Amino acid sequence: MNAAVTPAATGTDKVSGHRIGAITWLVVFAFLLVAPFVGVYPVFMMKALCFAIFACAFNLLLGYTGLLSFGHASFMGSAAYATGWLVRSAHLSPELGVLAGVLLAGALGLVVGLLAIRRQGIYFAMITLAMAQMIYFICLQVPFTGGEDGLQGVPRGRLFGLLPLDNDLVMYYVVLAVFAAVFLAIVRIVHSPYGQILKAIRENEPRAISLGYDVDRYKLLAFVLSTALAGLAGSMKTMVLGFATLSDVHWSLSGEVILMTLLGGMGTFAGPVVGAVTIIGLQNFLADRVGSWVTVIIGVIFVFCVIAFRRGIVGELLAWQQRRGNR
Amino acid sequence: MKLKKIGAACALALGAMFGLGAPAQAQISGDVIRIGIITDMSSLYADIDGPAGVEAIRMAIAAVGGSINGKKIEVLYADHQNKPDVAAVKAREWFDTQGVDMLIGGTSSGTSLAMAKVAAEKKKLFISIGAATSALTNDQCNAYTLHWAYDTYALAKGTGNAVVKAGGKSWYFLAADYAFGAQLQADTSAVVKAAGGSIVGSVKHPLSASDFSSFMLQAQASKAQILGLANAGGDTINAIKAANEFGVTKTMKLAGLLVFINDIHSLGLATTQGMYLTDSWYWNRDADARAWSRKFFEKQKRMPSSIQAADYSATLQYLNAVKAVGSDDSDKVLAHMKTTKINDIFAKGGFIRGDGLMVHDMYLMQVKTPAQSTEPWDYYNLVQTFKGEEAWNSKAESTCALWK
Amino acid sequence: MTEIFGIPVQAFLGQLLLGLVNGSFYAMLSLGLAVIFGLLGIVNFAHGALYMIGAYVAWISLNQFGLNYWVALLLSPLVVGALGVVIERLLLRHLYKLDPLYGLLLTFGLALIFEGLFRDQFGVSGQQYPVPELLRGATNLGFMTLPNYRAWVVVASLTICLGTWFVIEKTSLGATLRAGTENPALVQAFGINVPVMVTLTYAGGAALAAIAGVLAAPVIQVTPLMGSNLIIVVFAVVVIGGMGSILGSILTGVMLGLIEGLTKVLYPEASSIVVFVIMAIVLVIRPAGLFGKEM
Repeated sequence: MNAAVTPAATGTDKVSGHRIGAITWLVVFAFLLVAPFVGVYPVFMMKALCFAIFACAFNLLLGYTGLLSFGHASFMGSAAYATGWLVRSAHLSPELGVLAGVLLAGALGLVVGLLAIRRQGIYFAMITLAMAQMIYFICLQVPFTGGEDGLQGVPRGRLFGLLPLDNDLVMYYVVLAVFAAVFLAIVRIVHSPYGQILKAIRENEPRAISLGYDVDRYKLLAFVLSTALAGLAGSMKTMVLGFATLSDVHWSLSGEVILMTLLGGMGTFAGPVVGAVTIIGLQNFLADRVGSWVTVIIGVIFVFCVIAFRRGIVGELLAWQQRRGNR
Repeated sequence: MKLKKIGAACALALGAMFGLGAPAQAQISGDVIRIGIITDMSSLYADIDGPAGVEAIRMAIAAVGGSINGKKIEVLYADHQNKPDVAAVKAREWFDTQGVDMLIGGTSSGTSLAMAKVAAEKKKLFISIGAATSALTNDQCNAYTLHWAYDTYALAKGTGNAVVKAGGKSWYFLAADYAFGAQLQADTSAVVKAAGGSIVGSVKHPLSASDFSSFMLQAQASKAQILGLANAGGDTINAIKAANEFGVTKTMKLAGLLVFINDIHSLGLATTQGMYLTDSWYWNRDADARAWSRKFFEKQKRMPSSIQAADYSATLQYLNAVKAVGSDDSDKVLAHMKTTKINDIFAKGGFIRGDGLMVHDMYLMQVKTPAQSTEPWDYYNLVQTFKGEEAWNSKAESTCALWK
Repeated sequence: MTEIFGIPVQAFLGQLLLGLVNGSFYAMLSLGLAVIFGLLGIVNFAHGALYMIGAYVAWISLNQFGLNYWVALLLSPLVVGALGVVIERLLLRHLYKLDPLYGLLLTFGLALIFEGLFRDQFGVSGQQYPVPELLRGATNLGFMTLPNYRAWVVVASLTICLGTWFVIEKTSLGATLRAGTENPALVQAFGINVPVMVTLTYAGGAALAAIAGVLAAPVIQVTPLMGSNLIIVVFAVVVIGGMGSILGSILTGVMLGLIEGLTKVLYPEASSIVVFVIMAIVLVIRPAGLFGKEM
């Protein structure tokens, strides 16, 4: 998607800037490390982190490759179901169940991607939406998912057969570690030569083609990576909460992840994380107080972001920093 | 890049602040007795339980004086929108951070099963009201779940037998596509076959379906005598309407396997007269029930459903047990409840069985004709009472591991 | 009794007829979408919500003001059309220079707002809307009893669809509309107020959705979710038909309703996904859609 505004250009880092940047990230990470002890509910944090992974995966596709997938929830949800079933009924240990979920999501992404990559822009979005709907109805029908009742009672088990995960605190640190790994992986991908080509495709696809790149293959690989990581988010969420339900494959979740990325700032690293935490926090905060108005508020944020806030929170902050720096 | 990362860090902190809109860590409240109800507040089951059910709980709290031994009694409520994930997450959060002592509600089998799992994990009492699936006291039974009002087995036994005896031998089922519909269909099929009837076919419809036309056509094509409606609430109302619209009622009789007084009120006596239904309570059953129902009517402007009466009864019995035991610890309260007889406006001579079922009388009723009805909400003739154990499954039939 | 594919003819024809009814709704809604996309380049995700609002206007005007169905058929498109004008002027206007995906996201947000508002006000169970006196009752066709109202729905929606197609493709008004979106500057130079035309086009699409809503009200429950249940299928219809083609959407809509009806008889579990399977197949064979022009 050719975003109307792209965030600050990447360039080579200055050494001092690099150090300050690293310190601030350490501060943030330190906060995340001690969060359960300063009074934040660990299950909520874990859920937020899973959605942050989901949003980061989505941002890889939207912010860095410029492809708007409107059915991304189906990948997250399918992996959620797969992991849930494998861990509960096939008695797989959690890390194998999660791995299987990731692989399934990637495979599904390959199939959908092959169909969708042929078209661009709006058509691409609509195709992903329709394919996602198909996956939703399949999940509804297939017996093992439990349909409307969901797949319940997934035990947390022991990580690698050794570390029991039932304790919320232990699980929290495992989830935090996975999140950190995913985040660093995405940073690596974006900064790599492959990532540069993706950005080139986003900026000006015809030019990239004229330079000789097999654009479709690059886009497909980005799509598969994105869906696999979305699957990771879904699998982790199943392990945390102990169930997978139809909400995980519903198109409204696809809409939410778009909002998280848009609100946070697409094409930035921290944007999707900020967006995810904000939206999950907002929903949690408002759910008991305002009932159906949550949907309205989400809709209003959407409209507002599209009209006046396209860079998102992080994007706006960075732009403000740049303006200050240029004065 | 310094700029990017400072900006990002600030933003992340901002996001984390929103995250602190999250509930704080576990604080078990020692001084308050908290009851949490999670039910359908806004969708197809909202009328039969919903906000009026919360009101019924409040009436029970008022009946014990609002506090026990100086500890205040509070009620929290939430809407699960018939989504098991919403119910499970809310229940977990309440147990972990709000110090909820007793969980009640459900009103949809999927959500009840989910809530029962969470309650069992946290070792807290959960009283399921309104969910029908007999699985709650069979293969999904656990030590912390009580099933209060009715279940699919009782419904099947009542209505199924009555309809077959009245001549309805061949059945076609229209079932809601989730745990409840499937279980109700299974239980009723067993009863029908045992009584000498036959099942011609069946079709599943999505929960909250809006258009039943194609299902009606399939039902008609089956040429069965009886159309068994294994659904509830808004779905039953729409199915009955569609059956009338497509002339299904001309060739088949309808058997509503789970019907509440609110559904009859919505459809009217003209459409539903003569229908058999099984229920756990009727507001006009006896003097006690009538008196309480009139009080309810004053607040809610309608008569209570059996679920709302069950909300009242379960809460009242729980609070009585808390008073007797002097603590809101789930294990102690449960032990007391399991050995105490239940006598209130809902059940007379009721008791809790080893599998968690609250055993009480069930009633087979028939909807009055418009001419027979003497006042608003006067809709039922009592046909038969199933006393106590007779209404429910027996120990031999039970698949509950705890009750052997 | 005779059988086709092992299914009695009665059941077969009955489902097909129901499928035709559904198909006419698909056709009307995808027509509105196709008009808005074909002429304005906006993917109007709010279309389902506008359809829902149309139905609610009918319900509210009946219950609060005692206005009957026939009045609603005229009133609803006017009200929702006016809403369309507001949306276009206030919000969509800003997006024409941007990537069309922003239009999709904006209308998605609007759909959430409308749904949430109506949900809050009316709950999810839905309201009953009675069939108008004139159309009550049913005709026994031999193989099924067809409620008269459903026959009316088919006739009315197909008339409106073909009428709209005629106006856009065959009249000078339509030609001006089409020219205005292809080359606004030139058309403006001829003295035609293009921005007003664009606004009225969006309002027109919204009005079409509203009429579909009024037609639907007696058939299905009037609920805040009625639009979102339908909109994605309608998107698939438009993609299959070819996104710029108005005739394509109408024909595809009807066809898909029929195919869905058939599937319900032969293989009921697949009836909800058959549309998407067809879409996948069409995309592989003919990416532009059955009647579309390569964009």
